[in-house]
Amino acid sequence: MSWLNKPASDTQITHRDRLWLYIVATIIMLLLVIPTFIVMPMSFSDSQYLEFPPDHWSVRWYIEYFESSKWMRATITSIQVGILTMLVATPMGVMAAYALFVSGHRAAKALFAFLITPMIVPVILIAIGAFYAFGRVGLNNTITGLVLAHAVLASPLVMIIITSALRNYDLNQERVARSLGATRMKAFFVITLPQIKFSIVTSALLAFLTSFDEVIVAIFVSGGSNATLTKHMFAALRDFIDPTIAAISTIMILVSTILLLATQFIGSKEK
Amino acid sequence: MNASAAQEPEGLNEKRLKTQGIREQRMLLSLATPAVLAIVAVVVIPVGWLFFLSFLGSDGQFSLEHYQKMIEYKSYARTFVTTFQVSILTTLICILIGYPLAYFLAMLPERLAGFFMLAVLLPFWTSLLVRTYAWLVLLQKNGILNDFAMSIDLWDSPLKLVHNLTGTLIGMAHIMLPFLVLPLYGSMKKIQRDLMHAAANLGASPVQAFWKIYFPMSLSGMVAGSLIVFVLCLGFYVTPAVLGGGRVVMVAMQITAILENQFDWGAASALGVVLLVATLVILFAATRLLKLDAALFGKH
Repeated sequence: MSWLNKPASDTQITHRDRLWLYIVATIIMLLLVIPTFIVMPMSFSDSQYLEFPPDHWSVRWYIEYFESSKWMRATITSIQVGILTMLVATPMGVMAAYALFVSGHRAAKALFAFLITPMIVPVILIAIGAFYAFGRVGLNNTITGLVLAHAVLASPLVMIIITSALRNYDLNQERVARSLGATRMKAFFVITLPQIKFSIVTSALLAFLTSFDEVIVAIFVSGGSNATLTKHMFAALRDFIDPTIAAISTIMILVSTILLLATQFIGSKEK
Repeated sequence: MNASAAQEPEGLNEKRLKTQGIREQRMLLSLATPAVLAIVAVVVIPVGWLFFLSFLGSDGQFSLEHYQKMIEYKSYARTFVTTFQVSILTTLICILIGYPLAYFLAMLPERLAGFFMLAVLLPFWTSLLVRTYAWLVLLQKNGILNDFAMSIDLWDSPLKLVHNLTGTLIGMAHIMLPFLVLPLYGSMKKIQRDLMHAAANLGASPVQAFWKIYFPMSLSGMVAGSLIVFVLCLGFYVTPAVLGGGRVVMVAMQITAILENQFDWGAASALGVVLLVATLVILFAATRLLKLDAALFGKH
């Protein structure tokens, strides 16, 4: 293995000297990835008890999931809330990020700090606060209430992604368009938007995922026929290990993996 | 417009431009209104309400009884100690594991780093609930880890790895690791390799160069990442609730328990307020002391 003796960087270190680092890093990366993926084969086990590797393969738990009206209703609610959250949080976040970035107003910095508070305030506090306040106005157990809360949780992410995209974009292009007679709105939609569109798509996907995966606010604010998938999953996890959860988890992992790979693909395109 | 402006009295054009500029700035800021209103509705008003409730005694008068209870009752003190303990331990584990990983990623050429970065990003994007569940399955008494360790004679009888502090720490470290690795990787990428060459040139051994040059320069990212991890840990609920098996009671869990069992909004709110204040004080103090604004929020 001659590459071992080659320099690892243009300093004095060879790959052999750094072998320990490669091994440690590999173990850590495996530890990061394996736990998530090990659920997948286990979900195809025939047994009540999750086994790895399964003695007998079957799609029993998937049938259980797809035939349960409780799980199906929860899944539909989660997807619905996720999409609506995406549709609310993305424009809201993009508008705010653009406004604060372009205006250069004295208050912009403070306003930015205010707009990312949903990331700083512990979620449990937002959850019980929303539960209490929504109770007063009849928003608990409604899609509207949950979407509102999730949009607030997701908008800081959108803002941060869009702000960093705008930072890498030359705003002078918009100024040129405006000096040629375009209104600010037209300049934004024709010149700026097409150039940050991939970041917008990424932030939208993240907004969907934020809502789809969110547990704590959903536990409090959603309920009844509008309970989310995560709320039911959490309840099932606290009581006993239901193999149906393995099947649902597998589906959720696939969804996140596809979305992540989509953003990576989009990211490489934007460069 | 410019032609007509030339015929107008001196200074008028300037004045108009200024008012127009101000009007435009206001219009721009108004684009942020929906976001502001939503946050006011979901965060400011509800949390403000809780703040108010926490100072309301059982007789409906202003009182500090909920805060007094926190000092008097041992269970509260235990919860706070557990919360800090778990948060500090999780942060330390993340640093120990995350530093070599970030270092490894930062050393790699861009393309390879992008690929291996998926190992960090994939769990990051996967539902926290799913990952908690995965650990629950892995660490059980008859779980894969115990089976595997016993099959290679690492230990003889199944170890109790879950429904206790061990399980909680493993799960939380796994979930928090990306929050440390990503900022740390960012700060490592900014370190100029020339500095390491210069150190080598001046006779430093690789180890010396690392500790004297590289490590101090990567500290800002490490501290920023640790801070994020620590603060997020303080408010953690799902993972300790599932993997702690009732033995690890953190603040967020006690808040929920109080609401579920006693329906005592005052007590729950008071705990929440303490959690929020602790979070804000730590963030504020750290950003001020360590000048982390740029590392945490980017330069705005």
